[in-house]
Formats: sequence, C-alpha cells, structure tokens
Amino acid sequence: MKLLVIEDDREASAYIVKGLTESGYVVDAANEGREGLFLASSGTYDGLIVDRMLPGMDGLTVIAALRTAEIHTPVLILSALGAVDDRVKGLRAGGDDYLVKPFAFAELLARIEALLRRGSGTAVSTKLQVGDLEMDLLARNIRRGSQTIELLPREFRLLEFLMRHAGQVVTRTMLLENVWDYHFDPQTNVIDVHISRLRQKIDKGFEKPLLHTVRGAGYRLATD
Amino acid sequence: MTRFFNTNAFRLAAVYFSLFATSVLALLAFIYLSTADFIDLQTDETIDAEIRGLAEQYQEHGLAGLVDVIHERVTAEERTPGRFDSTLYLITDPLLHPLAGNLQQWPQVHESGNGWVRFPVEEHRGSVTETLAARASVIVLPGNFHLLVGRDMRDADLFRGRITHTLGWAALITLGLGIAGGLLMTRNMLRKVDAVNRTSTRIIHGDMSQRVPLSGSGDEFDQLAENLNAMLDQIEQLMAGMKQVTDNIAHDLRTPLARLRARLEVTLIEKPDEQRYAEALRDTISEADRLLGTFNALLSIAEAEAGSRRDSWGVVDLAEIATDVAELYDPVAEEKGLVLTSDIAATLKVRGDRHLLSQAIANLLDNALKYTPEGGVALVAHAIGPNARVEVADSGPGVPVERREAVFDRFVRLEGSRSTPGNGLGLSLVRAVSQLHDGTVWLEESHPGAVNPGLKAVLQIPLAVESGRSEPGREATRLLAAPHIPALAGPALAGAGTEPPRGLGET
Repeated sequence: MKLLVIEDDREASAYIVKGLTESGYVVDAANEGREGLFLASSGTYDGLIVDRMLPGMDGLTVIAALRTAEIHTPVLILSALGAVDDRVKGLRAGGDDYLVKPFAFAELLARIEALLRRGSGTAVSTKLQVGDLEMDLLARNIRRGSQTIELLPREFRLLEFLMRHAGQVVTRTMLLENVWDYHFDPQTNVIDVHISRLRQKIDKGFEKPLLHTVRGAGYRLATD
Repeated sequence: MTRFFNTNAFRLAAVYFSLFATSVLALLAFIYLSTADFIDLQTDETIDAEIRGLAEQYQEHGLAGLVDVIHERVTAEERTPGRFDSTLYLITDPLLHPLAGNLQQWPQVHESGNGWVRFPVEEHRGSVTETLAARASVIVLPGNFHLLVGRDMRDADLFRGRITHTLGWAALITLGLGIAGGLLMTRNMLRKVDAVNRTSTRIIHGDMSQRVPLSGSGDEFDQLAENLNAMLDQIEQLMAGMKQVTDNIAHDLRTPLARLRARLEVTLIEKPDEQRYAEALRDTISEADRLLGTFNALLSIAEAEAGSRRDSWGVVDLAEIATDVAELYDPVAEEKGLVLTSDIAATLKVRGDRHLLSQAIANLLDNALKYTPEGGVALVAHAIGPNARVEVADSGPGVPVERREAVFDRFVRLEGSRSTPGNGLGLSLVRAVSQLHDGTVWLEESHPGAVNPGLKAVLQIPLAVESGRSEPGREATRLLAAPHIPALAGPALAGAGTEPPRGLGET
C-alpha cells in the first residue's frame, strides 16, 4: 500500500512517515501544496494524508483540484482547526476523514486503515459476518452460532460499525464520531463501558472472544 | 488657539454663525426697504391729495382762482413758524416765469418718470442755508402753464436716517451675540470632548480605573460618557477574567508539566533499563494527553464564549439531545452501581448547536456520576414557561452554597475533588454554552434540607419561537445547512453511506 503525506512541518512529516513505514506502508512525502498536488495527480497512491494549512497551495485546494481531476484517492485531512464547521468544510472539499492535531499515532493509523479498506470497495451486502457472528442489516437481527443476540439500537450501530471494520483497529474517537456523532471528548471513558456491555452480549459464554482491546489504541473485532 | 480653529466644533459654530448672520441681515434689509418705500409712498399720496384739491379749484375758478389759492396757501404756511416740511408750490406761465408759489424760480429738475421730478431746494433759517432734496409732481395746464406741487424730503430723510441707525445697531448687537454664543457653545462642547479625550489618554497610559466624568444633565454627551464607561467596565471585567484565567492556566498547566519533566529526569538518572524506559514514556504520553485534553477543553470554552457561529444555527431538539446523552451515560451509571433515570419531554425545540448542547449536558451528567458515591442521578428535561429546562440531580455530597458560583470559573475544583480525575473546566464550558444560547445555568440542592442534600444543576435555554414560516431567511439557512449534516454525522469512515441514517431504529 502506497501513501503520500503532504505536510509542511518537517518534524511532523518525518514522524508520520516513520510510523507508517514501520507499519508496513510505502510512504512518500511532500512539504508543499503544489508539489503534493503534482505527486498525487499521478494517481498511483492508495491514500493521501493532507495537512490543511500548507505553503503554496492550501490543503483543501489541493483536494478540490484532485477531485475535479477525477482522482478519487481517499484523503485524510490533518488540521489544527477542530471546530465542527472546520470539519464540515474539510469534508465538503472532498476529504474522506478529518483528524485534528495533535493526535495519537494509533489514531492516525486506525483511520488510514479504515480509509484504505473503504477504497477497496467491497460489494454491497445486506449481511455482515465475522467468524460465527452474523448481522442481517435488513431484518436487523444478530446471531452468533445458533444463538440470537438481542441488542439495543445503539449497540446495534456500534456492532455494525465494528463489523464493517472487522480486523481493523477502531479508536474510541472514531466510535464516538461515527456511532454517536459526537465530536467532543467525554471526560469519562464512556466508550469503554459501552464496549464492555457489548462484549457481555456477544462474547460471554463463547469459547473464542471476538471483541479485542488493543492497548493504547482502541478495539478490534476479529476472529484471531 | 490654532487647535481651537481646527476643531469640528469651531467649524460648526462658524457655519451656523454665517447662516445666522445672513438671515439676520436679510431680515433687517427687508425691514429697511419696506419702511423707506412706505415713506416715499406717503409723500406721494400727500402730494396727490394736494393736487386733487388744486384741480377742484382750477375747475371751479379757472387759472386765476388757482393762482389765488396757491398764493393763499403759501402765505398761510409762511405764517406758521418752525415748519420746514412745507409743501412746495409753483405755478408758472409758458415761459416758466413764476405766477405764484413759494419757489423763486423753476428749479433744475431731474425727471423720475410719470410726471414726478426731483430737485434740490435751498432753505434759509436765519443765517444758515440748507440744501434739501425735494420731490414734486409737475402738471402742464392748458395754455402751457406749469404747476409744480411737491414736498421737501427733510422728514423722510430724517426718518430714513433713524431707521438706518436703529437697524445698524440691531444688526451689530445680534451679530455680536451670535459670535459670543457660538464661541461659548464651541468652548462648552470642546470641554466635554476634552474630558473624554483626557480619560482615554489616561487609560491608554495604563490607568484602567479612569472613567469619563458625567455632567449630570443626561444629554447626549452624558449618554456617550455612560456608554463609554459601561464599555470600559466590561473591558476591565474581561481583562480581570483573562488575567485570572491566565494565572490559572499558568498554575494548572505548570504543575503537570513540572511533574512530567521530573519523571523524565528521574528516569534518566536511574540505571538504564528498557522496561522502565518504556513505562516512563507511556506515562509521559498519557500525561501529555491529559494536558492536550485540558487545552482542548479551554479552546472549546473560548470558542463557545466567542459565539462566532451563531448565524449558522438551526432549530434542534433538546429533548432528543438529552435522550442521546442519557443513553451514552447509562452504562457508566450502571457500572458504578448507580441508577440513572430520565424524565424527558417529547420535544423541546431550541435554536442552537447540537454539539455544544450535547457536550454541556454530557458534562453535567459526567460530573453528577463522578461525584455520586451511591444512589442515583436523575435527568429531567421539560419546558417551563418560555424556556427548556434540563436538570441533572444527584444524591452526592453537593456543593456548599458559597462555592456554587465559583465552581463555574475555569480550573476551580472543590477541595475534596482533587483526587478524582478532571480538569475543573466542565462547568465552565456548560456556562459558556448556556450563555451562548442566551440561557443560564445554576446549582441548587436536589433534596433541600436533607442530610445529604445532593446537587442539582439546572440548565435553562429559551425555547425556539414557533415562527419558522414567517422567517423565510431562517428556513433557507436551515435547508442550506441540511445537506452537510449527513456528511458530518454520517459514515465519514464507514462503508460508503450504507449505514442507516441517524435516528432510524433508535429513540
């Protein structure tokens, strides 16, 4: 998987490149908007990480230019501007996800993985399956093995999100943003409590747990 | 002095003075002209009457009769001493030789139209000879006899002189008063403006306690001064608040930074040990995360206080927001062995920001759950009059009366709560959000009088006025704003838009 990081702060750029390289990605870096646009225009990347404020040409313009050129490489926007309106602007410009600086590397990595997975474009299905856990999106019921599992509406959405990102690390912030649509950081770790409640329902009494905690990052729903 | 002439006030006074002077002079000129005209008219009428009388005589007694009458009148007038405004008569033969009258000879006349003439006449009074102007009407009788009837203009000239004199003085006095008044007004105005200027100069030089003095008259200058003072009060208050915040930030952020630094230093002094290093780094990261969290909270508060995005607000359902937040915290309560009950109205429409309101209610619930060791927390949301009221009541230890306002300030935490995690910013955000929504927030006891009174936080926000239709502009904003909400709330990461829309399959 090949990624391009467009970020003018060299130290931040080096940090991202190093982290992603160690996670097994091939990473190029551009320190300036125009250069980034030039590289990204080749269309050979699987994903872009674009800082919002760049010299030469700002990040949102770069993204808009790419989208106009029919290049639909998934883009993660990095920005120090974290207000809801700023996010809206970023996503409208053609960004696929928005991450506010400063961030934990695990957060960046999880989001990149989610973006790349989305890019691969699996066929639309009304059923999700992870191991022996099955979710029917139409009938809105869940089974694990032979057992039916009853979930509250929000738990259903939480599990659905985890299943859609099966095998990937999903951070607490991602869950808050996507399942609850909250863009603030609750002081208590409410997500952990929701996850443990969900775990009670889907893993309790089964030999192999599916919902794993990834230390320092988040959660992962997987068979291994 | 140059400064005085350069002032706006002086210029204004000068403009008004010239207008004033022009109108006064125009008025006086009008009075003069109409009075002078009137005198001329009167003279002419007297002469006309005289001529009419003489004409009667002429018709009845012929030329000889006319000469007799004139002779008679002249001698009668001469017998009355001290009369100088006498009527002038002269009748002559065709060769202009006098037949009768009080003029020795036909004068050197200047025609002034319509048979009227002007000429000089000499008057002897003792040894003094005076030349007066006279005005007369000349009639040519049949046989080319000339009749001249006129009056000297002595009285008229005297009267005219008196009027000119009077009006001249009137003009001088009026203009003098005008100048004096103008100067006085200008000075007065300048003094008031100067007071404002002096005050602002002192404030610029650092004395924030200065205020513009009031004259007590309640005029526009007083209003200006009052407004300026009110503004200064607010600025001073904000500055004090800012200073307080800066002090608090300095204190509350320095402590964890110092701790962080100390930990790193100690780790470095100790014997190199990979496992301990890793542990120290992890600790450092979580400490840094806490610091970042504090910064983010401060930023959110600052943003809510600035209130820059109120324009883009639509109508949101506070009941739905409260329900969602309650649902978010329900498992937290359960895990702590507490009971979270909610009693929420079906709908509570308010104009506002969903994210900020969610966060405010979340902060209240978070606090309540954090500081309640046992029992329960109740979330109640109902419409009370024109307001939506959200109450979060707990069965915890409560907050002493004298601290119930202070806890809304940034970084203020109660003594007993220092051990629990938190940054002392939660309630500050709630307050900022409530003020942004034109609402209020306060604390009271949930069970007044009880041994463990508990705490009830009340957040009150005005309900949206049901006038959506009469506000097409608002409606348009809402419609425009609508398409971006899915972009934000929807699956930014999740499988391309196949997630059910918000609100479906949940309530």
